[in-house]
Amino acid sequence: MSTILTVNNLTKKFGYLTAVKNLSFSIEKGNVYGILGPNGSGKSTTLGIVLNVVNKTSGNFYWFDGNTSTHQSLKKVGAIIERPNFYPYMTAVQNLKLVCKIKEVGTEKIDEKLELVGLLDRKHSKFSTYSLGMKQRLAIASALLNDPEILILDEPTNGLDPQGIHQIREIIKKIAAHGTTILLASHLLDEVEKVCSHVIILRKGEKLYSGPVDGMMASHGFFELKANDMEKLAQSLKTNEKFGNVKQENGLITAFPTEEMDAKSLNESLFKEGIVLSHLVKRKESLEEQFLTLTKNQSN
Amino acid sequence: MIRLLEIEFIKLWNNRASKVLIISYFFILTSIALVAAIKFDIGPVKFHLAEIGIFNFPYIWHFNTFVTAFFKLFLAIVIVSMMSNEYSNKTIKQNLIDGLSKKEFILSKFLTVVSFSVISTVFVFLVSLILGLIYSDYDELSIIFSDLKFLAAFFFKLMGFFSFCLFLGILVKRSAFALGFLILWQIFEGITRGLIRWKLFDGDTTDAIMGFFPLQSMFNLIKEPFTRLEAVQTVADQVGESIKLNYHLHWYEFLIVIAWTAIFIYLSYALLKKRDL
Repeated sequence: MSTILTVNNLTKKFGYLTAVKNLSFSIEKGNVYGILGPNGSGKSTTLGIVLNVVNKTSGNFYWFDGNTSTHQSLKKVGAIIERPNFYPYMTAVQNLKLVCKIKEVGTEKIDEKLELVGLLDRKHSKFSTYSLGMKQRLAIASALLNDPEILILDEPTNGLDPQGIHQIREIIKKIAAHGTTILLASHLLDEVEKVCSHVIILRKGEKLYSGPVDGMMASHGFFELKANDMEKLAQSLKTNEKFGNVKQENGLITAFPTEEMDAKSLNESLFKEGIVLSHLVKRKESLEEQFLTLTKNQSN
Repeated sequence: MIRLLEIEFIKLWNNRASKVLIISYFFILTSIALVAAIKFDIGPVKFHLAEIGIFNFPYIWHFNTFVTAFFKLFLAIVIVSMMSNEYSNKTIKQNLIDGLSKKEFILSKFLTVVSFSVISTVFVFLVSLILGLIYSDYDELSIIFSDLKFLAAFFFKLMGFFSFCLFLGILVKRSAFALGFLILWQIFEGITRGLIRWKLFDGDTTDAIMGFFPLQSMFNLIKEPFTRLEAVQTVADQVGESIKLNYHLHWYEFLIVIAWTAIFIYLSYALLKKRDL
């Protein structure tokens, strides 16, 4: 597996505000990464630095094997930062032709990419006449023109209506299915959860976690249970040493196992005790719950 | 290099305002030929501008480059806005992300400035040549092609001025303010001249010092040509005044303008490099 981006001890200061603090991570080919963090946690600044538009204060980063200059490497990268920036007086096709010139690739893929994002029928309209959703989709088309090694998206669904958000997500999934490496910065956790395999979590410019989504917390998930005799069920679970925390809420018992356990064996053992379950679900904590736990732990 | 020019061409030519300004600029450059048609014929007073010698070789090189240089303001607007629009549309950010280096970005703008200057110079050369061939009293090759140094001066004057505009566009980031700054600078140079003359030095020294200021040094490259006209000289002689203006070009005047061009382009690059976008 080859490395696409390596970041070492990157620091960025704006005056006496430190936006990114000693950040290190690497991006491997073929994975879909999410950079998570609340607003102002340094996501965009970090991306700005590796994309050559923000100057770093200290540390270093390199693309691919580190043997090409940043701006040459960026020709193999597709990126959209915050808002789609194009020349408003030019049509979609003219704008994309310009991007092709900058990236030094042929113009033959323009129609194909416009088709992918569903803008082919509006290709001769001026950029200024586009809606925000269309602008964002054009930006994705533009980022894909060179069939990039990695696609970087910074808050791609920011400010879009539900339909627009859905369209963008579908496009991202389509691209991810082609095996393109994706780096998605967002503060919308469900968005990241739906598409990412790896996450990097930032808070106030510091890295809290980086690695696979599943490995974020040492957790075995939890069970949601219901039975006719709730008292007996709760009693049985509390005495069972395989369970740590047992909570009863809204007529539903939530039990957290301390070791790996599947739903079938739990059901069997409870049935032997004479407890018949009317509701049994095994779930993993959502990314949101994990994220909140993680950021809370760190602040204590 | 061709690639960088192509990039800039796509940006400029698809912008209607820029296109209109560029076309009008070259149209006006051509229209200087219309001066030839100025003719007064009021009874006993007969006056034909073309016949008082302004189209004589080699004087025409001086006259035309001096007059047409004023129209550079049209292109100044184009250049300032092509730079500041990159900031207001944030396309400069996208250009860099797409893989243009900061050096290439400045280079593409500078190459555009150079192209504008070259095309203007060639244009003025052709228009003057044609006008001269029609109206000039002298048509020996050696006379026609003497004093071509005014065209060189014209080229460097435009390049220096446009580089200044480019720098202002980057510095101020808003086209209207950048043009305002340009006017402000012109006034500043005027006031400085007044102050130096008033408190410090005599006229000649003041002129020498002012020659180091960007706008004045560009202006110095082509001095006003009117007092060179025979007709004007004759009038001056009659009123007992003798006009002695040194209208020759000096190598150090070229050097100052070239130095300013280099400074402006370098500062633009340094500014872009230092800024976070």
